[in-house]
Amino acid sequence: MTLGDRTETPLAIKGVLKIENGTQLTAAGKSAQPICLLLQDGLIVAEGQQAAEANADLVLDARGCLVAPGLIDLYCNLREPGAGQKGNIASETRAAAKGGYTTVCAAPDSSPINDSSAVTHLIRDVASARSPIRVLPLGAATRGLEGELLSDMAGLSNAGCVALSNGAETIRNARVLRRAMAYAQTFGYTLMLQPRNQSLAADGFAHDGTVTARLGLLGIPEVAETTAVMEMLLLAEETGVRLHLSQLSTARSVDMVADAQARGVKVSADVAMHQLVFTEAALAGFDSRFHVQPPLRSERDRQGLLAGVRSGVIGAIVSQHQPHDSAAKRAPFGATEPGLSAVESVLSLGLSLVGQGELAITDLVRALTDGPAAILGLPTPALAVGQVADLCIVDPEASWTADAVTILSAGKHVPLSGQPLTGVVRHTICNGQLAWSLS
Amino acid sequence: MTALLNIDQLIGELESGLRRQLEERGIEAPVVVGIRTGGVWLADVLSKRLGLTGPFGELDISFYRDDFSRIGLNPKVRPSRLPFETEGKDIILIDDVIMSGRTIRAAMNELFDYGRPASIMLATLIDMGARELPIQPDVVGRKLTLQSHQRVKLRGPDPLSIEVRDTDQ
Amino acid sequence: MTAHDPSSTSLQLTSDGQLKHFLTLDDLDRALLTDILDTADSFIEVGERTIKNVPLLRGRTVVNLFFESSTRTRSTFELAAKRLSADVLNLDISTSATSKGESLSDTLLNLEAMASDMFVVRHSQSGAPHFIAESVTPGVAIINAGDGRHAHPTQAMLDMLTIRQHKSRFEGLKVAIVGDILHSRVARSQIRALNTLGVAEVRVIAPATLLPSDVESLGCKVEYDMTRGLDDLDVVIMLRLQRERMEGALLPSEREFYRLYGLSTEKLALARPDCIVMHPGPINRGVEIESAVADGPQSVILNQVTNGIAIRMAVMSMAMSGQVSERARARSQEMGS
Repeated sequence: MTLGDRTETPLAIKGVLKIENGTQLTAAGKSAQPICLLLQDGLIVAEGQQAAEANADLVLDARGCLVAPGLIDLYCNLREPGAGQKGNIASETRAAAKGGYTTVCAAPDSSPINDSSAVTHLIRDVASARSPIRVLPLGAATRGLEGELLSDMAGLSNAGCVALSNGAETIRNARVLRRAMAYAQTFGYTLMLQPRNQSLAADGFAHDGTVTARLGLLGIPEVAETTAVMEMLLLAEETGVRLHLSQLSTARSVDMVADAQARGVKVSADVAMHQLVFTEAALAGFDSRFHVQPPLRSERDRQGLLAGVRSGVIGAIVSQHQPHDSAAKRAPFGATEPGLSAVESVLSLGLSLVGQGELAITDLVRALTDGPAAILGLPTPALAVGQVADLCIVDPEASWTADAVTILSAGKHVPLSGQPLTGVVRHTICNGQLAWSLS
Repeated sequence: MTALLNIDQLIGELESGLRRQLEERGIEAPVVVGIRTGGVWLADVLSKRLGLTGPFGELDISFYRDDFSRIGLNPKVRPSRLPFETEGKDIILIDDVIMSGRTIRAAMNELFDYGRPASIMLATLIDMGARELPIQPDVVGRKLTLQSHQRVKLRGPDPLSIEVRDTDQ
Repeated sequence: MTAHDPSSTSLQLTSDGQLKHFLTLDDLDRALLTDILDTADSFIEVGERTIKNVPLLRGRTVVNLFFESSTRTRSTFELAAKRLSADVLNLDISTSATSKGESLSDTLLNLEAMASDMFVVRHSQSGAPHFIAESVTPGVAIINAGDGRHAHPTQAMLDMLTIRQHKSRFEGLKVAIVGDILHSRVARSQIRALNTLGVAEVRVIAPATLLPSDVESLGCKVEYDMTRGLDDLDVVIMLRLQRERMEGALLPSEREFYRLYGLSTEKLALARPDCIVMHPGPINRGVEIESAVADGPQSVILNQVTNGIAIRMAVMSMAMSGQVSERARARSQEMGS
């Protein structure tokens, strides 16, 4: 196997690691006192006074920093197997570790598409050799993501896929959609779908609104998402599937999901961080970085999505990391490929929302840790004795600037470049090992 | 300084000089063309004084300047107005001040784009010397040598006056 | 949070507010639009001379980069450049490079090797001239000759020149644009120009299928009905209707469109008696406009063609001028530092 130009293995720690003087931050809030944690063999083995008094082979002083559970991303494009010029598992998981992530779900739209157990095994094998963090593959819900034939869902699940997703593609045929849900429900699999009515979205690539009216970009109307959400909710209610709606972009969708959750439909949802920070206004000047799918919508939608995160209707914030080679973004807006290189910026963008008072820090942490864990059926992350040692140490006051040098991802099209971003991840520890350390 | 530059006296010099030239050359029906902005005011005054009944022309030489590569286009360019045929005509070209001669070169290039005149005679109110091109006026109101920090400017149109100003440089 | 630096809004202006590219009318103020119209007036006078050329762009190379073929627009740009004494190179890219899979940025790299001073760009993608202006070497001016559905600023400005010639003002005017606004880059630029120049009212008259979402945000009132829309009007601009609009279920038929939105003699009588009729061309007689109206006394359609050359001469010389003075400023800063 020749993948990537260099091998990045986790910085091996032999023995005992101690983290001291940090402030604990979980979805429950910040600790009043500095905490001390002792890590050994991938687990948290002691805390508090007992940890403080113990000897360690390596001590990390987390003074002034927050110690939080490692972040979990439900949707991240690692570009492997496939488009090597856009990134690979080694480069993108290293970038994710720098972003504070200890677990990422690998989107199924690799090349070849992850619609067979062979591809799933390949992803897991490469990840175990080259990734400093956990990689959980998402299997394709339909073969080739074409929305016509069901994939071998059980085979994918047995190979290690944690859920079935149709990536950025739609299942146009409602009958196929209904059967995919029914089949997934049979075995208790979670189905992750990006809701989009393709005949309404057509060739569009920007929110159909004031900015498209002015710039003459082909629009995707709000109803392209909301009609799909409604259809999926009704089918999910009927089939009883565990439905997860990926990357919502409209306020109306949040309302509909809230209604469905209230009447007991097993539906969860996520939103990409950039949808909470930016609106269609970011497209002014034809800035092709902000060609994303679903498109950035109105301020009203952004407010609705934020409210959804605060209320918990939207359980998770995802990176929707889509690294590209520079040529993919170097063209007129409509000719570029969608997606941001986001995984290194998510935490800082989230902290900017906290700084502006738009999101409580506990909401942010919940949507980046507990929320996605619950959607994947993983145990609630906690910094407690006996738990797996997945955590990140973040200096919330320090700032950094995203540019071609600082960004580890192969994709340099970050949401905010050249201006200071608040929140620097000092260390990321996955399974007791240092996955990232700021040098 | 301004006392030395009596505008009426200078215009009188121009008029009599022009009358002399026209007579010497046997020109009976000249047309007057002024270069914007000062030259146009003078063209108005002189065509009346010379008793010419027809309209006078106005040239805006912005499109013909030779310094486009250095300073670009004059943002306030206005259309030139030559309300008569120039082909075969005897033209009196009028400007307020001549110095390098570049403005006159541009004006003559522009005039030729309207047709081939029989002759062009140049009259300027003030000649500052410092020529950079082989162009000389046929009639001059007055020759003037200024210090390097001084500039001369015709103000108008009504009344016309000449101002010599000190610049900051 | 703003995603881009503020300088991107003035991509087409120099630091002292001169034009250096001509991409859109969106961030140009009334004074600058008026300067363009005034400069064009001077070029109209030039066009009436025996020799119609001026030496402004002598020794400079203008490349007509047409990724979408349009003989009419390309010819007026070519004539405008030649009247400014520039060397002109016509590249019909729609049939060459990009169809062989070469990317736009690679095409540009090749063209820059030719030491061009100006690209006149027509492209089917909205924003392509912006992209080119961001990617080319400094000093090269980009003129938008129509991009996707976004903008066709020279066409809009020549329409403004025509309006000013006939109405001698913009204040108080009521102007309607009729037809396929959705797909029209011309309409977007016209609505912007009319608002900036201070007309009293801009109306768009079309069925909802031919209007963009949030069209009012562009600065216009929507009328679905021709009778109400034409009332008390000073200027009516008819847009060309493409045949393929029937296929996308946007319209039932040309016949129904003509009956409801076509400009006939009877309908024109509803406007002010001195209302002028404009059309960016080419005209579909009997689809959007009756022949008798197109050729009638209120039509100023032919006039628009003459103005097209003058407007293009104006923006080409102004943009080149902006590039020249920006370079001069950069040089003097270099020497100063």
